[in-house]
Amino acid sequence: MVSTFSRQDQNYNNDDLNLPSKDGRFGKYGGQYVPETLMPALFELETAASNAWKDKLFVNELNHLLKTYVGRETPLYEAKRLTEHYKTKQATPKIWLKREDLNHTGAHKINNALGQALLAIRMGKKRIIAETGAGQHGVATATVCARFGLKCIIYMGAEDIKRQSLNVFRMKLLGAEVKVVNSGTATLKDATSEAIRDWVSNVETTHYILGSVAGPHPFPKIVRDFHAVIGEETKKQCIESFGSLPDILLACVGGGSNAMGLFHPFVKNTSVRLIGVEAAGSGVDTDKHAATITKGSVGILHGSMSLLLQDNNGQVQEAHSISAGLDYPGVGPEHSHLKDIGRAEYGSVTDQEALDALKLVSELEGIIPALETSHAFAWLDKLCPTLEKDTHIVINCSGRGDKDVNTVASSLDI
Amino acid sequence: MQITENESLSKVDVKFCELKNNKKLALMPFIMAGDPNLEKTSEILLKLQENGADLIELGIPYSDPLADGPVIQVAASRALSSGTNPRKVIKLLESLKGKLNIPIILFSYLNPLLCFGFENFCEMASNAGVSGLIVPDLPLEEAYKFSKIVSNHSMDLILLVAPTTPFERMKQISNNTKGFTYLVSVTGVTGERNRMENRVENLIAKLKDVNSNPIAVGFGISTPEHVNKVREWGADGVIIGSAFVKRISSSSEKDVVYNIGEFCKEMRLAADQKNKYKI
Repeated sequence: MVSTFSRQDQNYNNDDLNLPSKDGRFGKYGGQYVPETLMPALFELETAASNAWKDKLFVNELNHLLKTYVGRETPLYEAKRLTEHYKTKQATPKIWLKREDLNHTGAHKINNALGQALLAIRMGKKRIIAETGAGQHGVATATVCARFGLKCIIYMGAEDIKRQSLNVFRMKLLGAEVKVVNSGTATLKDATSEAIRDWVSNVETTHYILGSVAGPHPFPKIVRDFHAVIGEETKKQCIESFGSLPDILLACVGGGSNAMGLFHPFVKNTSVRLIGVEAAGSGVDTDKHAATITKGSVGILHGSMSLLLQDNNGQVQEAHSISAGLDYPGVGPEHSHLKDIGRAEYGSVTDQEALDALKLVSELEGIIPALETSHAFAWLDKLCPTLEKDTHIVINCSGRGDKDVNTVASSLDI
Repeated sequence: MQITENESLSKVDVKFCELKNNKKLALMPFIMAGDPNLEKTSEILLKLQENGADLIELGIPYSDPLADGPVIQVAASRALSSGTNPRKVIKLLESLKGKLNIPIILFSYLNPLLCFGFENFCEMASNAGVSGLIVPDLPLEEAYKFSKIVSNHSMDLILLVAPTTPFERMKQISNNTKGFTYLVSVTGVTGERNRMENRVENLIAKLKDVNSNPIAVGFGISTPEHVNKVREWGADGVIIGSAFVKRISSSSEKDVVYNIGEFCKEMRLAADQKNKYKI
């Protein structure tokens, strides 16, 4: 909890902020716990990514497409009515939204999907697979595959297909094949497992566009680096808008890609508080939540060591959240590391608190945030009363809520 | 296997030496512990030994088995539903001490072992007579420190080589595996296949070039013809998983031990008969 967070918890030096290490570790987290079949592909990907970032042609093409196709840069928007709403006697928290919801396809996910599609082309791989929970990463991947003429297969849990039917339709319209995953809990965890199995079987022709800062090294780094544009723009825009770095960055965390993208360029600016908000589902003291950092223990899922929701025998537990994109029992290894060393703080909000925030932001700002994003907004309720002085808060408005209207309509009395 | 005079032979080493001297192919069935329940597992293990298995690979179930196809995934779910966990599997093996004498190799994903406490697990497994460990999500880079712990408890950590593994890396893996080298015969997950890829022959030859370890071929081996081919191609052992597991799931509890025993006999015959099947 932010209110009980103490500054003495910080325990890091510069090396702790300059990761991953060569062997793909963030402190004790990360690594490569995958079948041998995939190891050569992971080495190939690491080399391809490292060479691409050094290649001006690649960087120029990426930046050009981010501008003309994705619609970057996204605005940093001053949410004046939210600010007014959260003003207290002692302090005015100035609330700014980094408008990733205005990206093409409606969320931050396309930053990474585009970058990895360009990497796939560099590696000569013409078949793309991806997992998706809320469908935003699936749509982003289907979109870039259409754009580059790549074959696209999206794995999605049967449960998620039910609650995100609009996105399923969008993926199909974009020419992707959506494969229903019925195994396990039929959500994001199982879709990811199935995508990895596909990759094990087709690794010589296929690139796996993993959608979060999770999975085996080098994925957590690759995905983070493609999303770091969020934080880089934010930094520049903060200086332009109010002449200093922000005081607090706030983002929702499922696997943690939008949060990592926003946090990364600020990790070494230690005056900036980094806060990630997880999904508490029905409450962290129930068995229906997805608050991995808050309640998890060290374990291995989908190729990397991180915090994990698991039972006493090391079996991965089912996560629960109203938002399909946060409904994941794992979390990216860098988040677990930032938590351990006290560089970032993590809290959680319930389904109901997220729904209330979605309604509030819609009514006050005329922006319907995604249910995932609404978790970050909901944290303002807990954060703002604790602030003692005027504060610039940047929230990563990671996605738009159109995809969620059916879920919201059945939960809210509108 | 690079044996110096100081190094003592493990139970798996001894078994492969013995088989080699008799010019026999090692037959290694895989079954999932606790599928359909631990009592049956115990009977099946003894039946496999009786009907010609040389070693047995015994799976510990995990909720997210990334290297496994649908047949073994479902077996793991059944085993978890029957309440199977690492402690109970070890207990079962302890109860079979003196009756089950062929080498038992436990197959488990890393997370349940870490959760148990890796060192503690090795100690208990070793005391229960386990000879080796296969961890499919532990590639070479992550395996070094674990391999030491396994060896300290007189067991072998067996590493896998895949068709995608480059030659140089094959060498490194062969130099670090214990007991034997597990050659994954397909680029893919476990599960029955109709035919064996011909490149397996080359892979076996390459592996023989880099090291003198015994080579056991697994993944996709499901028929007597496959077993025969693997023998012809010069491998030292064959691992058959999904084909056994499928027969367990399709048998009634009353017939399961008999059915598995008969299938094991059939595979033993294929392993022993030269050129019975056209290649």
